Amino acid sequence: MANKLSIGRLLVYAALALVAVYYLLPLYVMLTTSFKTLDDIRQGNLLSLPQAWNGGAWAKAWASACTGIECGGMKGFFWNSVKMTVPAVLISTMFGAVNGYVVSMWRFRGSDVLFTMLLVGCFIPFQVVLLPMAQLLGYLGIANTTTGLVLVHVIYGTAFTTLFFRNFYVTVPDELVKAGRIDGAGFWTIFFRILLPVSGPIFVVCIIWQFTQIWNDFLFGVVFAAGESQPITVALNNLVNTSTGVKEYNVDMASAIIAALPTLFVYMVAGRYFVRGLTAGAVKG
Amino acid sequence: MSHSSSPAEVRALADAAPAAASRQRLADRWLPRLVLSPTIVMSLVFVYGFIAWTAWLSFTESRLMPRYDWAGLTQYLALFDNERWWTAVANLGLFGGLFILCTLVVGLLLAVLLDQKIRAEGALRAVYLYPMALSFIVTGTAWKWMLNPDMGLQKVLNDWGFANFTFDWLVDPDRAIYTVVIAGVWQSSGFVMALFLAGLRGVDDSIIKAAQVDGASLPTIYRRIVIPSLRPVFFSVLLILSHIAIKSFDLVMALTGGGPGTSSDVPAVFMYQFAFTRGQLGLGAASAMMMLMTIVAVLVPLMYLETRSAKRG
Repeated sequence: MANKLSIGRLLVYAALALVAVYYLLPLYVMLTTSFKTLDDIRQGNLLSLPQAWNGGAWAKAWASACTGIECGGMKGFFWNSVKMTVPAVLISTMFGAVNGYVVSMWRFRGSDVLFTMLLVGCFIPFQVVLLPMAQLLGYLGIANTTTGLVLVHVIYGTAFTTLFFRNFYVTVPDELVKAGRIDGAGFWTIFFRILLPVSGPIFVVCIIWQFTQIWNDFLFGVVFAAGESQPITVALNNLVNTSTGVKEYNVDMASAIIAALPTLFVYMVAGRYFVRGLTAGAVKG
Repeated sequence: MSHSSSPAEVRALADAAPAAASRQRLADRWLPRLVLSPTIVMSLVFVYGFIAWTAWLSFTESRLMPRYDWAGLTQYLALFDNERWWTAVANLGLFGGLFILCTLVVGLLLAVLLDQKIRAEGALRAVYLYPMALSFIVTGTAWKWMLNPDMGLQKVLNDWGFANFTFDWLVDPDRAIYTVVIAGVWQSSGFVMALFLAGLRGVDDSIIKAAQVDGASLPTIYRRIVIPSLRPVFFSVLLILSHIAIKSFDLVMALTGGGPGTSSDVPAVFMYQFAFTRGQLGLGAASAMMMLMTIVAVLVPLMYLETRSAKRG
């Protein structure tokens, strides 16, 4: 019995390890390819290690690779993404915090209906708002700008952030707020003095979620930002799908890793919160 | 308040206190509405208003520029007459079905295996989940390289001695859509694993112990007791996966670009191409409306079932 069990466990471990290899394979391939020279890529195969670790592809990916007609590498687009993501994450998180506070702690007649109405924004396929939004950004003169992208991400991210904070605040005991009200604390005092101090974890979860979503976005980027202001996901796609000249797989892979680094870094540093965000968003979402 | 205040000051304070309190009550009554209102207005305009706007566009003859004169169902008829649209719909069905099924099976299997008090659970979980942190564009780029028929996995196996091994799905019009499934499952099954694992951890241990005492084997316990109790998680997972499938755009763009030709088109790519690169606003709007209706048609019954099962459970 014990023997049979241990064989079973061995199989479990073997299966888990095999799947782990499958998951790590693309990362391994991206990394090794990015350090090879083109000759090295042609001579070896996907799984072989670089003959000599060569950083040339990285330098080119960062500073001089061609995405379409421009040849300035990823660096400009990387900063575009930073300039888009940071404000959009902060603003949408702040909106979400006060909205979530209202719909959980200060419910008024109709507030549940309004909340449900907001939630619909989490479910729509964004294709259905792209054309009017393109028109509007054109009228406002912020088409193809990072400002425009920030606006779009705030508008369509706030439904999610509201959901996050609402789901967190409904778990905070009512007594906390009631006690505050008896002591004469008003709307903002209760928020800043009582709730914000306990909101640390949900802020982390929400910021990580929004950061990942906005950094990784492609649809809004490709539709609303062309040329100079495009975010890195769009630039990466242009680089990889440019059909002119020799295909430089090593530069492609280095660029892909550059595009993935910020979110991978967040995942490695705060993976625990990342998972919590995913599951929290999923419980209701 | 100091002890030396004059009677007048005391009276003034006594008067002011209720006034302040009532001011605050008033503020507390209106502030919540006021604070919520910008978001509500945003939602009304940019979600509901824009959907209505798109719907209106889909009933016009708009091509390069939007026009607003009524043209009835012209665009929808054109859409249903468009072979490329039906390719996209068929691909969505194929991709969606396979993607949801495979992701669900892999995710559940991983969760159950990880639930067996595995030693390196934390590390393994981290490995299975990291693709979720990546953009679909990065995933597509990586898999496009690995599935490259000349230099990718095919070459590895050829080098290993399987000279006749070919794996050219990426450039095979009949198979390209399956490569999207492979990459999609790779990206999303860790996430599903995390959801199921959270559900498994919520299952009462004593039930399992009781069943073990009764002599039930572990697989039976999982099949009969544990997995059925995960019903609500199944609903959430189905909801999320079908949502991802219907909206899938980035992955297809990065991996196959809808090609070869139009063989791996999906509705989201179709919509983008017609609305933004081919100057067919009306047709694009009509296809976007079809996507919205598909989401509604899939999600509403699922949500209904979910709330019903939640009430019963």
